[in-house]
Order: sequence, then structure tokens, then C-alpha cells
Amino acid sequence: MEMGLLSRIATNDGHGENSSYFDGWKAYDSDPYHPVDNPNGVIQMGLAENQLCHDLMVEWIKEHPTASICTKEGASQFKDVAIFQDYHGLSSFTKAVAQYMEKVRGGEVKVKPERIVMSGGATGAQEIMAFCLADPGDAFLIPTPFYPAFARDFCWRTGVKLIPVHCKSSNNFRITREALEAEYKKAEKSNTRVKGLLITNPSNPLGTMMDKYTLEELLQWTNEKKIHLVCDEIFAGTVFGDGAKFTSVAQVLEEDTSKTKYDPNLLHIVCSLSKDLGMPGFRVGIVYSYNDNVVKCGRRMSSFGLVSTQTQHLLAPMLADNGFTSKLMKENSKRLRDRHEKFTLGLADVGIKCLSSNAGTVLLDGFTSAFGKCKCGR
Amino acid sequence: MLKSSIAGTGVMSRSFSPAAVSSRATSMYRSEHESTNHVGQSKCSDDPYDRATNPNGVIQLEIAENRLAMDLVKEWISDNVKASLIDSDISHLVPYHPIDGLLELKTALAAFMGQVMLESISLDPSQMIITAGATSAIETLSFCLADPGDAVLIPSPYYTGYDRNLKWRAGVEIIPVPCRSIDNFRLSISSLELAYNQAMKRGVKVRAIFLSNPSNPIGNLIDRVTLHELLDFVTEKNIHLVSDEVFAGSNHGTDEFVSIADVAHTEGFDKTRVHVIYGLSKVLALPGFRIGVICSFNEYVLATAKKYARFFSVSVPTQRLLVPMLSDVNFALKYIEIKKKRLRRMYELFVEGLEQFGINCFPSSAGYYCWVNMSNLMRSNSEKGELELWDKLLNISKINVTPGSECRCVEPGWFRICFTTITEDDIPVVMKRIKRITANNKD
Repeated sequence: MEMGLLSRIATNDGHGENSSYFDGWKAYDSDPYHPVDNPNGVIQMGLAENQLCHDLMVEWIKEHPTASICTKEGASQFKDVAIFQDYHGLSSFTKAVAQYMEKVRGGEVKVKPERIVMSGGATGAQEIMAFCLADPGDAFLIPTPFYPAFARDFCWRTGVKLIPVHCKSSNNFRITREALEAEYKKAEKSNTRVKGLLITNPSNPLGTMMDKYTLEELLQWTNEKKIHLVCDEIFAGTVFGDGAKFTSVAQVLEEDTSKTKYDPNLLHIVCSLSKDLGMPGFRVGIVYSYNDNVVKCGRRMSSFGLVSTQTQHLLAPMLADNGFTSKLMKENSKRLRDRHEKFTLGLADVGIKCLSSNAGTVLLDGFTSAFGKCKCGR
Repeated sequence: MLKSSIAGTGVMSRSFSPAAVSSRATSMYRSEHESTNHVGQSKCSDDPYDRATNPNGVIQLEIAENRLAMDLVKEWISDNVKASLIDSDISHLVPYHPIDGLLELKTALAAFMGQVMLESISLDPSQMIITAGATSAIETLSFCLADPGDAVLIPSPYYTGYDRNLKWRAGVEIIPVPCRSIDNFRLSISSLELAYNQAMKRGVKVRAIFLSNPSNPIGNLIDRVTLHELLDFVTEKNIHLVSDEVFAGSNHGTDEFVSIADVAHTEGFDKTRVHVIYGLSKVLALPGFRIGVICSFNEYVLATAKKYARFFSVSVPTQRLLVPMLSDVNFALKYIEIKKKRLRRMYELFVEGLEQFGINCFPSSAGYYCWVNMSNLMRSNSEKGELELWDKLLNISKINVTPGSECRCVEPGWFRICFTTITEDDIPVVMKRIKRITANNKD
């Protein structure tokens, strides 16, 4: 049977895995670096995974055997956990996630557990956003540079397009109203319906955070156009650096001091536990929407990628443990800062400058200045 | 459609009109909200039956899950603490892992399912994709095999969830191929042929046949001859065949379960058009863990499903927990044997109980439910009559069951009633509740 008997989605390149981003992953998978077994292997620096604080988690898990259904202390919960498949999630889990999200946002935002929709990782969460907010052929604007896999997550199976809005290093990659307006008008002229703007804050790949003023501008602009604003805050808990403080777009909404109030129905946040907690293997993605219809629909769609109840059950007490999460966030920040410093100094030694950043687990490097333009001209 | 202007004061009005979501979002919301499934589930969660604390609550007989042998699973976990997260090195659990499932889990699942199917087939881990439940497996195959607007043929009555899993996001149309009681609800190739030709005439491209075996909601098994004929049909039409075998291991009678994979293999068919779905929600009663499996012999389908797996991959700690359990042959054999006995017992008690009211169950040999003919209790022999009866069952008898019309059954009066989420002691309670209706009927 030939490939032609599969669907168009199955046979097109929308998965994006034929790009340099994934070429690098494949190179690592086939020849992974190991300090002893394979010192000449490929070092994986294309994957934003935070492995700095696993020791703290191990310690917590050992001290809380009731959180696991596999221990004598926790086995009595086994049946209830094993049969629970309600897409609302365990209420202890959504409450704990809400509490943790508030903490990561400096206590400046009220997060309601009933608005939390879980999904199998932020990948699934982004796709749910696209399915809920746009129809095939519709578009979302997205500032560049952006996380390469958005093209897959947001577009591949949904039929939604992403229209890049170019941001330049000459003004530190800030998104300008003019740039947004220009792309919006271009889309209108070509009869493409723009349904929203997708931003990432803290930025991937820049590692920078948007200030309140910028977030206000973006809320203002999207409200004027009556389009959705989806903010991927997956790196919210990876802030480091002296005085660095993350401002969530939700905070700007709640402190709304604008003359014409922002419409909460247009605001949606995506996050996960993969980055700040360093648990991508647990597959916990979150959609948090201020729009009741999106919450209802997203929750139903989450049936296609629910978080294992065992995982919810384990994480609920962990995230609700204030003492632990405070310690984790503090240590995480410190270790990220130390690692960042080591790295940027090391790169500076070989003549490579980095964009000044204080969040995320990535660096934007000025390789061009060190190596000249590569073959692809980028 | 997002309105381009808002009536009111300038750009923004103080009272916001609800921001438009996609038409995909609204279509499914409307249809699900009105379904009997939704209404019934709400009543059950608002007023759940409990023999001790809420004996007059609503009894849930709508969920096809087998909790009859959960004690065995729990016992295994308690006795095998090496599987616990605490003894595992968390650095092996938390990072990114192969997105389509751990090889160890696939290997263990292959071994376990082999036992369940009495070693009639041998699953190859390299031909498996782990999904977040069978729900996700079905949707994934829809995205792989069909384009929006294409269709699949599904023998009806069929599992109500197919409408959502195939149509909603993948946009695939379902063409039901009715099976009737006069034929013992057996699928006929001539009906398939008719449905296929009608679709082609309408300009609708049929890409696959989807079916469940053991059948949900009927509980019958497709015999080897019919499976062979199905394979002939799909080969001739050059389309796919998806066999949803999540209820494999639920046979409690004497009929033999035969997997499509077995027939395709032994009779030399082109297996690249055959795709099978399994899951642990049914066979091990672990729906909360979200483990489904796609088995395909088609390298392109496997490659694509693996890429799709980013959207629904399964939590690694859960996968790791299951590996030693599924690999434990002694556990598998004991579990399968005890479960079958308990299932048979419940089935017989249930059928007997209903017979006293003159209510007949379709003789089935698999599944966690009875396919019950309650047409003699309907006021009118119509879908309306059936839904009125369903409503009485829910609000007077306070039992939640699935009406046949939800499963696209063309003959009114059939209901799927699940019996594996209650205990033997609850059966007399259920019968007393049903008597509230039958007694009224006689009057």
C-alpha cells in the first residue's frame, strides 16, 4: 500500500521535522555525548529542558510516600486514582496547579482552578488553543524569532496559519504596533482572517521578558482588533537574575487601568510543568482561559490527551506544599543564574556575545559575528 | 464568526459580547451538551448511588469499565514496591522520553496482550504507538487515514464516542452501516458494498472501515469467515481497516475471539491496510492512567502517528509503573482467568435478573455490558418512545443506561446496560429499580 493512501496531513511537511531544528535532535539521538562513554558525541543544546533541580524533587517524593499509589502508604488510593478519568481533573490537582501558578506570578494574579484545562504537555495545549479559536485557513500573528515547533503545534493538524511579525535586534526584538499593524493589513488584503496574536513570555528563544508597558500595548491592540491574545508563559518559572521579576499578561488584565476595559474573553494563557519544574516526561500542559466557551470546549478536547491521574495524584500535594515550592523556585533561580553566567562567560571567551536575558533555559547567541554567515544565509 | 464591529460606545462596550471561538468549538459543544450521555452523567455525579451512604442515588450502568478484578491489580502493586516512584531514579522519569512510548512498555504490552489473546497473535513493539487512551488512538488514525470531508464506514450500532473521536477535529464523516436483530446484528458485506457505493455516488471518498471487535455495544464477536470477507472487501476497494479491539480480553463465553491481525497474517493479506487499537482502560480497568495503543503494519502510518504523539504522549512515571506488572506472566494468567470467571458470573446474574421481567438480552459472549431489548416497555415503537423510556429509567428507576439511538441503532428499544462497575449485591437493587417501571407498565 503506497503512502498516497494516507491523508494530506499525514503526508505533508507540516510536522516540521525536516527542519534544522529537528536535524539537530536527530544528530544527537544517533550520537549522544557522554563524558565517559562518548566524549566526542553531539552535545544536546537544542532542547530547552531544565534538569537542575531533580534532586529536590527526589527528596520530596521520598519524604511523602502517600503521594505515590505504588507504596504501602499510598496504595489505598489506588482504585480511586486508577478509575478516575474525568476531564476536569482531580480537584486536588487543579487547586494545587492554580496555587503554584499564582506563586510563579508573584501572587499578583488570582488563578481559578475551575478555569484550568489540562492537556498532554504544552504541545497539546497549543493545539487545543488553535482548534478552539480558529478555523482552517484562519491565521494568528506571531512575533519573530519564535519557538520553531509552533509551526507544528499550532498549524499542522488544525489548518491554522502563523504569520510572522518581524522583530529586529536593532531594537532588542521588541514587538512594535507598526509591525503588527502592517502584517494585519497585509493579511486582510489577502482575505486571510486574523483570529489572534500568539506571544511567548518569557520569550523562547530570546530569554527576555516583556515589561508591563509592552503587555498593555499588546492587550490594547488585540482588543482594538477584537482578536485573541494567546500568551505562552511556559518559562514563567525560570526567571533568574537580580531583581528580575516576571509580569504575567494576566496581571496586566487584572490591574487594568485602561480607559476602555480589556475584554477578558480574548485572553488565554498556556503553560506547563515541563520547564520550570523540569518534568517534561510527566506531560502536564495547561490551558488557562478567561473565556468560558474556550474553557468548556478546551476541556472536552482535552479528552484526546488527558494527564494520567497517577501523575495528577502525585503532583497535587507537591505543588500544594508551599514550603517546598518556595525552596524549589529559589534554588531553581539560583542554579539557572549560575549556569547562565558560566555559559555566557564561556561564550564571551571565544568571542560570542549573547543577548542579555534573565529567563528561560536558552540563550540567543550572536554566532554570525563569530563564524560569519552560514550557508543558508541566516 | 468574530464580529468586525461592536454595537455600543465606540470600540469597546462595557458589556462584552462573548468573543467568537471557532466553529469547530461550537459544533461539538452544542451536540454533546444535549446528548443523553451528558444528561445521564450529570445526574450520576450529582446524586451517585452508594449502598451504604446513598442507597437511593442514581446507579451508573453506562460506563463500560470492568472493576470486578481491580483488587488483583491493587494487590500486585502493593506487593511489588520496586515499581514505586520512590525507588526509581527520578532523573529517568522526568526528562523527555521517546514520544510514542517507552520501548519497555511496548514490549511489556505486547507480551501481556499476547497472553490476553491466548497467543493467537504476536505483537511487535516496533509496530506500536502508545497513545493517551484509545480515544486518542482513534482520533490519531483518523488524522492519518482520511482528509476532512472524507468518510469511514462503521457498522452500527456503534460506540457513541466515535462521533467525537472521528468527526470533531479530524473532520471525518461517519457512514453508519446498520446491522439488524434479524441478522443477529452481524455485519453483512452486501450492506457494506451498498453503503460504499452510495457514498461514492454522492462524491464522498470512503477511506476506511472502522469497527469494534468484540463489539461495543452489542458484545458479539466477529467470526473468522467474516473477518476474511472484510479483508477481501477492503483489499478490493483499496481502503483501510481499523479494528478497535479494546474489549479483547472481555470474552466470558465460549466463542473464540479472533483478532483481525491474526486473520490478515495467517491468510496472507496485505497487512499495511490493517490497524488495530488496544488499551488498558478496559482490559486492566485503568482508564485514569490513559494508556492506548495503535498497532499498525504500515510504516507510513507508524511514522505519522509517532509525530502526532507529541500532542498526546503519556506520562512516563505511569508507563514505568506498568512495565513490571504487564511483564509478570503469572499475574497476567491469574488476572485473565479470575476476571473471566467474575465477568461470566455477573453476566449470568444480570441476564437472569432481567428475564424475570420478560426483558431479553441479546446473547453475547464478550464486553462488560448486555445489549438489552426493552421495546415491550416503550409506549411507542419509535426513537421518541425509546428516549421516553430512557428518561423514565433515569428519573424513576434512577439507573443510567445508554439508549440504542445514541449508538445509531436503527431499531428502537435496545439499550446497552453495563454491569461491571457494580457488585453482585447491587444486582437485586438494580432489578428492584427496574421493577418501578415494569410495574407501572403493567398498570
